[in-house]
Amino acid sequence: MPQKINISQIAELARLSLKPNEQTKLSKDLEEILVYVDQLQELKTDSVQPTSHVLPIENVFRKDSVQPSQVRDAVLKHAPKSEGKFFKVPKIIEGA
Amino acid sequence: MTNQYDPVIGLEVHVQLKTASKIFCACSTQFGTEPNQNTCPVCLGLPGSLPVLNEKVLELGIKVGLALGCQISSRIKFDRKNYFYPDLPKAYQISQYDMPVASKGNLTIEVKQDNNEFIQRKIGITRAHLEEDAGKLLHEGVRDGSWVDYNRGGVPLLEIVSEPDLRSPEEAFQYLVSLKAILQYLDVSDCNMEEGSLRCDANVSIRKKGETKFGTKVEIKNMNSFRAVQKALVYEIKRQTEAVENGEKIIQETRLWNESKGQTFSMRSKEQAHDYRYFPEPDLVPFTVSTVRIEELRKSLPELPKARMERFHKEYGLSEYDAYVLVSDKDLSKWFEDCVGEGVNPKLVSNWIQSELLALINFKKYSIENLPHLTPKRLAGLIRLIENGTINGKIGKEILPEMLEADKSAEEIVKEKGLVQVTDTKLLEEIADRVIKSNQKTVDEIRSGKPQAVGFLVGQVMKETKGKANPKLINEILEKKLAPLSHGKA
Amino acid sequence: MELYQLTLKETQELLAKNPGKQGELVQTLTNRLKHVDPKVKAYINYDQKRVESQKNGKANGILAGIPISIKDNIVTQDWETTCASKILKGFIPPYDATVVRKLREAGAIIFGKCNMDEFAFGSSCETSCFGPTHNPWNLDYVPGGSSGGSAAAVASDIAIAALGSDTGGSIRQPASFCGVVGLKPTYGRVSRYGLVAFGSSLDQIGPITKTVEDSALMMNVLAGHDERDSTSANMPVPDYTIFLGKSVKGLKIGLPKEYFVKGLDPEVEKAVKQAVKVFQDLGATCVEVNLPHMKYAVAVYYIVAVAEASSNLGRFDGVEYGFRHESTNLRDMYFETRNQGFGAEAKRRILLGTFVLSAGYYDAYYLKGLKVRTLIKQDFDQAFQKVDLILGPTAPTPPFKIGEKMNDPLSMYLSDIYTISANLAGVPAMSLPCGFSANGLPIGIQLTAKPFDEGTIFRAASVYEQAAKWYERRPKL
Repeated sequence: MPQKINISQIAELARLSLKPNEQTKLSKDLEEILVYVDQLQELKTDSVQPTSHVLPIENVFRKDSVQPSQVRDAVLKHAPKSEGKFFKVPKIIEGA
Repeated sequence: MTNQYDPVIGLEVHVQLKTASKIFCACSTQFGTEPNQNTCPVCLGLPGSLPVLNEKVLELGIKVGLALGCQISSRIKFDRKNYFYPDLPKAYQISQYDMPVASKGNLTIEVKQDNNEFIQRKIGITRAHLEEDAGKLLHEGVRDGSWVDYNRGGVPLLEIVSEPDLRSPEEAFQYLVSLKAILQYLDVSDCNMEEGSLRCDANVSIRKKGETKFGTKVEIKNMNSFRAVQKALVYEIKRQTEAVENGEKIIQETRLWNESKGQTFSMRSKEQAHDYRYFPEPDLVPFTVSTVRIEELRKSLPELPKARMERFHKEYGLSEYDAYVLVSDKDLSKWFEDCVGEGVNPKLVSNWIQSELLALINFKKYSIENLPHLTPKRLAGLIRLIENGTINGKIGKEILPEMLEADKSAEEIVKEKGLVQVTDTKLLEEIADRVIKSNQKTVDEIRSGKPQAVGFLVGQVMKETKGKANPKLINEILEKKLAPLSHGKA
Repeated sequence: MELYQLTLKETQELLAKNPGKQGELVQTLTNRLKHVDPKVKAYINYDQKRVESQKNGKANGILAGIPISIKDNIVTQDWETTCASKILKGFIPPYDATVVRKLREAGAIIFGKCNMDEFAFGSSCETSCFGPTHNPWNLDYVPGGSSGGSAAAVASDIAIAALGSDTGGSIRQPASFCGVVGLKPTYGRVSRYGLVAFGSSLDQIGPITKTVEDSALMMNVLAGHDERDSTSANMPVPDYTIFLGKSVKGLKIGLPKEYFVKGLDPEVEKAVKQAVKVFQDLGATCVEVNLPHMKYAVAVYYIVAVAEASSNLGRFDGVEYGFRHESTNLRDMYFETRNQGFGAEAKRRILLGTFVLSAGYYDAYYLKGLKVRTLIKQDFDQAFQKVDLILGPTAPTPPFKIGEKMNDPLSMYLSDIYTISANLAGVPAMSLPCGFSANGLPIGIQLTAKPFDEGTIFRAASVYEQAAKWYERRPKL
């Protein structure tokens, strides 16, 4: 079933301010790809388990011990905007 | 106030778990360090970084689940919750979606009825799941921008979600008190709302009495204390009731509590309904928890508030409510037991704590685990002095504040101030005679059918003894003296 | 024979005998780079001073003094790592990827950062924000992708060996297009810590080398458990060189009937069938096997991998590192940073991934994709009960011209049809040269094995390589 994409809604979710011509092209591309992937519907998979992890590994832990990393200054040095020891972003107004 | 609407309340509580290191990296969780000091590529979300689960976090999550009577999942996994915000470095939070560590539990609260009796109510716990905390944003005092501090990012959280079983703001308050007590007893968190180690969001709706369907629920955020939660709910329920009575529809939204204004306000930012696009976290493997391990952890649980409450009720003969109050704070319950352990009547200790000590502590802004000088042993000493008649209760109440501040026992203060109770019957009789003589009007009142007026005479005798007389004795003496003429009833 | 023409093994032997040659080696390689890279454009970042300051690397390491080039989606401490994207320009990692740390501990010199498709999204190295890399065999053609820079550098002798990454074929397909050896290890065999994530359940770092032996030497250093990577396998690492040259007599090689269908270029088919004959002559048995769900692999990939990618790329928002579109408005900062910072293919995949995970579509797409993935994995499990290796073409066509497929995303995606399944199933696979097209462009065969059975791949590949001797042919640069 050909899927109609609400490209502006998805772009909003993905935080992309697409230009109108981008919207048109990408919309078309996505619809084409979705037609292609639709062939998966041919397969009956009701009793098939999904594979999120391809290796049978379980229970990987680390011990609760502290190991300081000290990368702060190196990261702040190249941050787009920083002030003192903080990262800086445009003013956020929260709530009432 | 007659109200045809019932509130329906559910609470989501986020608890910071007390581990040394963060949930997915080895950074310290210590509060109050320099900004961005406790960070590393993982909790900064730098490209290429990967999470590894702190084993203690899972252990604490299971313990809390067990303490809340939950089923512990034998297979758990983590999921990504995707959204954008500057305090979320990866633009997703590693959380748990459909396989949380614990589910289907409950919590018992004591609720005061209209007739001042208390009943127990079981509040359902839908689930508890593990996730990572976000960083902190600072706005105030920042010029032309906001600051981001990722120290808090990656601190382990347990989110505990209640069923919408709460039926009043007071119940919500009690739920938080009870939940905090359990967490305290387990020693899994500092549970400090001011510091942010415990946070609470509320969901509240109203419905007509008798209605079984739920109304539209509103989420309330930004409450910084248990009382604030209660006040916010009171306000919000009123707001919704007024709206509905005016024929308005309740909008499903998130509102922020404004403590100084005492109102909830709709969040200004146009929040689209979040689509978190949950999917299993590919960077973390699944975890299986064996029944052996669960039983091990279950056995390692300390005595929890409910069990301790029942024990106080049985062992010490306290009422269920009194026991409930004493166990609601772990340090308080220990303090109480230590005092009883000195060999004094538990009911007296309970009364003294509840009617005198707690108010005093609150007023002075102390907390039971760091009182300047009053110890359980010393309170026991005070109680003993009263029990053996050395002082009366009133004097006892008067010297309690000094015992709190000064490094002195009750005996020492009584001796210093010469407060020993007057029990000299002869002296009291003399005083009683004097008082009767100079208060003929009151005596007449008593004799003409108002026996309760004797209280005034008792007070007068007490005054003459500077409060040190044994009130029981005064009563007996006065009764005897006034007896012949007070039998008759008009 | 110039020093830059040496294999890793030959360099190892030379420097072991003559450690003083380290400086000369770096110098000739650098000169070669200056001479050839303006045409090939394999490198994003080369810094002579930085390379020379590493010259006195750990003397006893097995890679002591050997320059290795790194795909630019693997973080290198204090050295800009861009993933060939505008949005990461200026990102200076404060830490090394585990594989980089391992190379350094083995004494290697990190020689430069190689070009790639932006965020590894591509099969041609054309989506790089720095412009495409050119195929050393014919500069009008693509080198393959996404590890096109790494493969082209090795093929044109401006790298002794290189690291690439492979999510759907990004090591193997460029190796095939450039006539070199590329190995995608078993998922979990090599640490992903420090690899900028694309498809987290599919990504692996692997070596791109001139010979099979070089690949084994690299794997000896790269492979192994990493406690910083939860998906890293805690399995012992054999000495992969012991498998080299072992006879393939009796080895059972499977040829999936689904491989040899319409869409496979006749020249590629011919070259692969010739390789089959070589194996048979060497004593291996070639039988038909079935991978019935193979045709769905690309569809599964373009749901599962892009979903993971859309989430992995959320962190590129201009807050902490890289490019930021400054604004007084937070929303504007996010939207413009991302829209300006990402290229078209990245946007395509982010949007597609966001869509398939979004409310109402998760079951029909993402969940469905994960289920079909199970079927594809089961196909391999069943096939490997019958055979030791699976053989087939790496790519359905020889290299194509730069610009040829850029306007047809779907057609570009289909060039991964033979490689994608190995990532979905987590199995190891290698591409090595097996011939040339009529116009002199390389063709590769792919050998796929069971999980953690890289040894069998090394065995078969080394024997074939020595028999067929395709490595003797070099591009004219």
